[in-house]
Amino acid sequence: MHPILIQLRRLVYYLLGWIPLAGMLAYLLAEPGGLTWVEALSVAFPLCLLYAFVCLAAWYPCLATPLERSSVPRFLITHVAGAAVASALWLFAARTLGRTLAGFPRFAGLDVRLYQDLPLLFGTGVLLYLLAVGFHYVLLAVEASRQAEARLMQASLLARDAELRALKAQVNPHFLFNSLNSISALTASDPAKAREMCVLLGDFLRRTLGLGEKPAIPLEEEMSLIHAFLAVEKIRYGDRLHMEETIDREALSAEVPPLLLQPLVENAVVHGIANLVGGGWIRLSAGRHDGLLDLTIENQFDPEAPPRRRSGVGLANVRQRLEARYGNRASFSASATGDRFRVAVTLPTETLPVQDSARLEVKEKDS
Amino acid sequence: MSIPEGRKIRAVIVDDEDLARQVLREFISAHPEIEIVAECANGFEAVKAASELKPDLVFLDIQMPKLDGFEVLELIGPGPAVIFVTAYDTFAIRAFEVHAVDYLLKPIGAARFEAALERAKERLSGKLPSAPLPAMDLAAAARPPQQYLDRIPVREGASVSIIPVAKLDYAEAQDDYVALACQGKKHLKQQTISSLEAALDPSRFLRIHRSYIVNLERVARIEPYGKDSFVAVLNTGAQLPVSRAGHQRLRAFLDR
Repeated sequence: MHPILIQLRRLVYYLLGWIPLAGMLAYLLAEPGGLTWVEALSVAFPLCLLYAFVCLAAWYPCLATPLERSSVPRFLITHVAGAAVASALWLFAARTLGRTLAGFPRFAGLDVRLYQDLPLLFGTGVLLYLLAVGFHYVLLAVEASRQAEARLMQASLLARDAELRALKAQVNPHFLFNSLNSISALTASDPAKAREMCVLLGDFLRRTLGLGEKPAIPLEEEMSLIHAFLAVEKIRYGDRLHMEETIDREALSAEVPPLLLQPLVENAVVHGIANLVGGGWIRLSAGRHDGLLDLTIENQFDPEAPPRRRSGVGLANVRQRLEARYGNRASFSASATGDRFRVAVTLPTETLPVQDSARLEVKEKDS
Repeated sequence: MSIPEGRKIRAVIVDDEDLARQVLREFISAHPEIEIVAECANGFEAVKAASELKPDLVFLDIQMPKLDGFEVLELIGPGPAVIFVTAYDTFAIRAFEVHAVDYLLKPIGAARFEAALERAKERLSGKLPSAPLPAMDLAAAARPPQQYLDRIPVREGASVSIIPVAKLDYAEAQDDYVALACQGKKHLKQQTISSLEAALDPSRFLRIHRSYIVNLERVARIEPYGKDSFVAVLNTGAQLPVSRAGHQRLRAFLDR
């Protein structure tokens, strides 16, 4: 389908563009052509209206002869032939119009006078057609760049999707290995506790498996996942691990991407608590205001601890996920001051899909 | 090193998690010929125990508070047989480069533990060639690959200090040792100056002499000294000799 014919608005602009051309044609017919102004205008406007549509047909030869892939002879032959055909058509229309108008007393003899102007009309027709060819090539280029942009956008969306899938739901396997080793220790010394730890570990794993599929979960659910994680770590680290939480009630219902906070808490354990001989605290706080959810995780750490591998991977991962999902509507910062490490995340609160459907039902009842 | 007939093998367990130590304790308890002389929960304790108790065998975790397992090994030297115990399989190659007897992955199985213990006994009885590295090169082998040092652990007797490389003014070769000058103090470490040079970031540290490496940030100026030689004056006031080759390198760096 021709791009100008798709939208009425485009067609109107296109036809408006022809008004000055019609004016010019009228001038040519009146001054060198020897017609009266009334005659010239009466001939030029209908002819140009018709020719505007004829010129739209240039789209198809332009489409068939793309600039970058056609040879020069082919390009010339195609468009010169197109121009000749279009212009011949135009002449035929002009003669028909001249004869018809000549039937009216006011335009008596117009067909004869117009007949002398046919070479002029033919030249103008060729020029106008070639102008239309140029215009259509510009149109094609615009269309092509728009499509390329759309493809690029789509590709980046796909890549982002794939990345998100990869980023989501990764339980650190070393957490698993260390926990299994702890369970192995407990089987001899405290079988009941070993069983308890198996259950806690199972509970944590089951939760993470289910969450990977969901786009978002209430903070409350993420917190209970963190509690399951910490229950396991508490058995490994014992008194070394202290967790403090300050969470506003209204923050609990805010939607967050699943497994967003858990890696941050795990980071705090692995890079903070695990390096402190006497242990330390992790403080988690959450608050909601102005459509935003503020989350902070602070932990003690040993600034002189041996450098660990993988350090920063968890943080980069969370940062990327936030960026991919919220763009600049979310913020992420990580900073160390003295022996404290602090990660602050702010993200827009999303409404629960459940609430949306509830609202819909209410609306339906109202109507 | 081999153990006299009838003497027990003296073992130290190093792991920051009580439960992880418990597993090893349980496995070892089936072997009356092994005596646990110490249990340590961090790197400093491990170095202290190793230098005071001179154990035959060390079960060594890698990721711990204060010092990691490789730093501990670097400081206690090649004396005891070391079995690394960790949940991470990524350190295995480095572990064998520092001539660890074995590398146990958590969770530890009994059969795998027995095999490791068997290897340790062979090493201790001298049947298994230990080919221990000289202590001086252990530091180089223990360094993470493709990565420059950002801290240098130093042992003085049973205590350990950590020198962040940013605080290191210069290093001076003294026989089998290097003296590390840091905030007015000198720390001796058993290492060759060449292996230290290889471990330091070449954009921050430069070998200016057969016996000296300098922290480039500390260099205040270079002065001629005698006919053909120079001294580098540091902003701490220290003066270091600069060889002709060292002078060229230093100039090339300063002109950049």
